[in-house]
Amino acid sequence: MKLLPGGAISYRFRRVWARNFTVYRKTWKISFIPPLLEPLFYLVAFGAGLGSLVGSVGYNGAEVSYVRYIAPALIAVAIMFNAFFENTYASFVRMYYQKTFDAMMATPLSLEDVIAGEIAWGATKSLIASVLMMAVLTPFGLIHYPHGLWIPVLACLGGLAFGSIGMWFTGMMPNIEVFNLPIFLFVTPMFLFSGTFFPLENLPAWAAGVAQLFPLTHLVGPVRALCFGRFSSAVFWDLAYMVLFTAVFFPLAIARMRRRLVR
Amino acid sequence: MNGNGAVVEAVEIFKTFGGLRAVDGVSLRVNRGECFGILGPNGAGKTTTVRMLYGYSPLEGGWLRVFGLDVASRRRSVVNRVGVCQQENNLDPDLTVLENLLVFATYFDISRKQAETRARELLRFMALEHRSDSRVPELSGGMMRRLVLARALINEPDLLILDEPTTGLDPQSRHQVWEKVEELKSRGLTVLLTTHYMEEAARLCDRLVILDQGKILVEGAPAALVREHVGRYVIEVREPDEDLRAYIAGEGFSHEDLGHRLLIYGEEGETNFLKIAEGYRSGGCAMRMAGLEDVFLKLTGRDLRE
Repeated sequence: MKLLPGGAISYRFRRVWARNFTVYRKTWKISFIPPLLEPLFYLVAFGAGLGSLVGSVGYNGAEVSYVRYIAPALIAVAIMFNAFFENTYASFVRMYYQKTFDAMMATPLSLEDVIAGEIAWGATKSLIASVLMMAVLTPFGLIHYPHGLWIPVLACLGGLAFGSIGMWFTGMMPNIEVFNLPIFLFVTPMFLFSGTFFPLENLPAWAAGVAQLFPLTHLVGPVRALCFGRFSSAVFWDLAYMVLFTAVFFPLAIARMRRRLVR
Repeated sequence: MNGNGAVVEAVEIFKTFGGLRAVDGVSLRVNRGECFGILGPNGAGKTTTVRMLYGYSPLEGGWLRVFGLDVASRRRSVVNRVGVCQQENNLDPDLTVLENLLVFATYFDISRKQAETRARELLRFMALEHRSDSRVPELSGGMMRRLVLARALINEPDLLILDEPTTGLDPQSRHQVWEKVEELKSRGLTVLLTTHYMEEAARLCDRLVILDQGKILVEGAPAALVREHVGRYVIEVREPDEDLRAYIAGEGFSHEDLGHRLLIYGEEGETNFLKIAEGYRSGGCAMRMAGLEDVFLKLTGRDLRE
């Protein structure tokens, strides 16, 4: 696949993915803990704590309990966090401190293979997190089956989207502290204002409009639809947006990294 | 391999960084089975030159072939047969010693079974087999370098590129690396080495170039370069006086005047030394064999490169 002049992604990107998987397997027992515990914390805090104050929320013309409302958002947020943090902090450490990319680029791996492998790994982290969270949420009856089985597929798409933009930031960051900026200006607002913890209709019109630009909005939508087993045409547009977002930022990430690394 | 036995052929390769001409029309040829050195002060363009050779840095001008293949268009085929020791120890700290070799082997599409055999062999060769399961941060500097070297050999390369392989090592480790490189050389491996250590270049290199500010100053065998540019002997005089300076100028000796030190180069060291020592100096005067360092400093100057 020829994406940019002089660059090509080959099947070898899987080697980069496999390298990360090898490292992950060493620490999987620790890596498994956050996605298992995190949803429990949220369920207790929002379900038992905040939920009793909020009562129910309107969704698709029906009143649903607050816990049911936010459970899908927790999965979507985990999908975002896992890929985004993997392809920002973790990729930056491999690139900048460990010089892992430099070593790889002295082998038949191309820069495109390396970056594609990293983003594919970020998406895999999202996939793993979504499956673990589903395992926690399912016993509470918060996921509708068999529709819920499509959530891991969405996790891959969402992981590619958030991993790509994360990698794009990584290509620009002069040092690791500067990641605070995209997190504060991009990730945090998304986390709060993407229809995660309250419906976008509660926002003023202009803010709801801005929220439509957030990729997380378009991930929360389909995940929630799957969890409830109720679909509308909006889901189609959400998916189209996610695909478009990935199609834009994946090549941008590679171009950025090329500018940074190929000297 | 090319019919003419050239592993690397570079003609007028060129690269700039901003306004700086990092590699300014370098031409060189590395023949099969030889150890070729690129010697130069810091910032001379050594690393950029070798990075161009293995396709990491694209050329901006010139013509470059490795194994007779165009590096820009056939990078993967070229790199498949090259082993690279980059200057930094970029070993994978998340993996063990053995895993570093096994994972690296996958980048070359080497089967797991073959990789295991080669990795064990290389660890034995580099005297690291007792550390197979150690994590990289637990290794000493010398061990890390040997592991980088082992990793560069995992694909059984036809060309080994060593970018300052012993910088920062203690003398024991340095000698150990030299011995390993000599052993590889004796097996017929072609080696390209960059260094700013004269001793290293004189010991390992069959031929070398001295690179400064992106340009090649001289090329030749180490001993021949010394004879050609310096001679056999160097007489060093501390605090030379005007009489001596006049005498040197009168005789037309090749020399370098550093103010507090005067270096006189030549073939007939002993006769001159006696004349100088008895006629002009009673002390502070010594004679020694000329070395590569004399050539290096004479050609690249004595200013600090900062």
